[in-house]
Amino acid sequence: MPEEVRATFAVRHLSILDENGNVDEPLMPPLSDAEIRRMYEAMVLARTFDDRALALQREGRLGTYPPIRGQEAAQVGSAFALAPSDWVFPSFRETGVHLTLGYPIDRLFLYWAGDERGQITPDHLNIFPVCVSVGTHIPHAVGVAMAMKYRQDPAVAVAWFGDGATSKGDFHEGFNMAGVFRLPVVFICQNNQWAISVPLQRQTAATTLAQKAIAYGFEGVQVDGNDVFAVYKATTDALDRARRGDGPTFIECVTYRMADHTTADDAARYRAPEEVDAWLKRDPLIRLERFMDGKGLWSTAYGDEVTERAVAAIDEAIRQMEAAPPPDPTEMFAQTLATPSPRQARQAQEL
Amino acid sequence: MALLTMVQAINQVLGEEMARDDRVVILGEDVGTDGGVFRITEGLLPRFGPERVIDTPLSESAIVGAAIGMAAYGLRPVVEIQFMGFMYAAFDQLVTHASRLRSRSRSRYTCPLVVRTPYGGGIKAPELHEESTEALFCHQPGIKVVAPSGPHTAKGLLLAALRDPDPVIFLEPTRLYRLHREEVTEGEYTIPIGRAEVVREGSEVTVIAWGSMLERVLKVVGQYRAEVIDLLTLNPFDVETVLASIRKTGRVVIVHEAVRTCGLGAEIAATIAEEAILYLRAPILRVAAPDVTMPLPRLEEYYLPTTEQVAAALDEVMRY
Repeated sequence: MPEEVRATFAVRHLSILDENGNVDEPLMPPLSDAEIRRMYEAMVLARTFDDRALALQREGRLGTYPPIRGQEAAQVGSAFALAPSDWVFPSFRETGVHLTLGYPIDRLFLYWAGDERGQITPDHLNIFPVCVSVGTHIPHAVGVAMAMKYRQDPAVAVAWFGDGATSKGDFHEGFNMAGVFRLPVVFICQNNQWAISVPLQRQTAATTLAQKAIAYGFEGVQVDGNDVFAVYKATTDALDRARRGDGPTFIECVTYRMADHTTADDAARYRAPEEVDAWLKRDPLIRLERFMDGKGLWSTAYGDEVTERAVAAIDEAIRQMEAAPPPDPTEMFAQTLATPSPRQARQAQEL
Repeated sequence: MALLTMVQAINQVLGEEMARDDRVVILGEDVGTDGGVFRITEGLLPRFGPERVIDTPLSESAIVGAAIGMAAYGLRPVVEIQFMGFMYAAFDQLVTHASRLRSRSRSRYTCPLVVRTPYGGGIKAPELHEESTEALFCHQPGIKVVAPSGPHTAKGLLLAALRDPDPVIFLEPTRLYRLHREEVTEGEYTIPIGRAEVVREGSEVTVIAWGSMLERVLKVVGQYRAEVIDLLTLNPFDVETVLASIRKTGRVVIVHEAVRTCGLGAEIAATIAEEAILYLRAPILRVAAPDVTMPLPRLEEYYLPTTEQVAAALDEVMRY
């Protein structure tokens, strides 16, 4: 009985827009000028939100906040590909996804100010509450995909998570179940190289994260996560596959967390400034500006105007957030069970 | 009326509710073709098909996690975890998510989910097949925990759980699955969650038990003027029924097969002490398992509370 090769695999890496703003034309997804401008504007809005959130936290007006700086392309590019019927399962560092999908900005601020009302998703969207416990929301996306399949709804469940999540059991259990049932689900990893202070090399000995999907019987693709077009194309392809009934896809977006893990962290304790500097050159916004400039879609005046509009929207959202009445403490009891137990009802009265 | 075992009663209510409500789906290990290791779901796969009776990978956390997603999407998933000792693999999903989804999203998303699992000892099974760790789950707000004590209560409580808008852990006393048959009312009836049942009236001492311990208690109480409460819902437990009985009898013995320390009996005893201490004529006694992990079958009889221990506790409180 000779030894034989039973399986081999390859992992594709997709990159369309380079650091100088040049695109690989045959790979370029069909996006109108207006759509490209909307992507750019969403990325500017995300960065503006991020900058303001950090400032507000330092002023004591927000609680602990996890910045997304550097991940705008990976978040906006993926969210931009979704249909309104799709269900979204974010981790806690997906502000760019929320903003792209039109989640109310004041509610995002309200959540990070420590108020559950900030997690009330508007009725026209299906965005699950952010998941603080790393990777544990992956099975929820799988379950929603099972329900969509049972109901024959032409929708897809999409989960975002970081590189750290790929070490969690729920990542593997969820991926396995998604593969077994060929579910309409897309998994998007923001591989930003760091899980707080632990580098990617301590999460995995594998060459890529994308290849982990192969063990579960579906495709994993790696993309340049700072390239909004590559992320958009990979997500569009994955959503199409899911809608065709051809099962799940895993997209690894190779990106970088340019800021600290959260406002409670100091990344200078564990990573070299040279590393951060190298990634600054790969800033997703700069390369998109360069591309748009070359196409005549960007000018200093337009850039300024986009920033001004973003600042105005953020200012208005902060005003609304800070004008919100304080939460009613009896809501704690009203929201734990549909009908509070007699003991809970008494505790609510005793407040 | 029909004479049914608890296995048959649970199977019947699952089938009836699935026929009435297409949101109800079952998922778990071996629940489909095999009908479950205790045959609770026998016959449901051919009746309702593989999209509603789902044999899953061996993956407790993903089973409960997926059910949370299904529930949020508008289905009514019923999870079978094969034995309570395998619930720990899904503990994170239950505590981190099932119990909090409503609160976290301010009811934008809810989690009407039932997790059924065989629990308790006395069946001479391998390690982790006889656990009675209900208190771990009762400690978490946002999840209800119920335990029937026979075929009739199993049917009524399960139907209530299937229609509850919040997550319910449904603990099935394994020892009672086929121990006896009972007259079970045909058609729909529910036993409301949160309500205990006085199964025997008495004037001198109250005995509180649930699950398979109720059966042991009822064997002993004949010679006492004992009121027996079948707790049925472990969280939120029926404080009023408990206190009303204590006010009448002035004595109480709490019997559970879980370990004594931080068992549910401690919470019940504390509640009685806080709210009815002036009615007590004797110390509150607990009959519980010792503070050791559940032993393998050869030592099992030293672990589970016995009828003799229950009788001794009753004698002790009656001496005051």
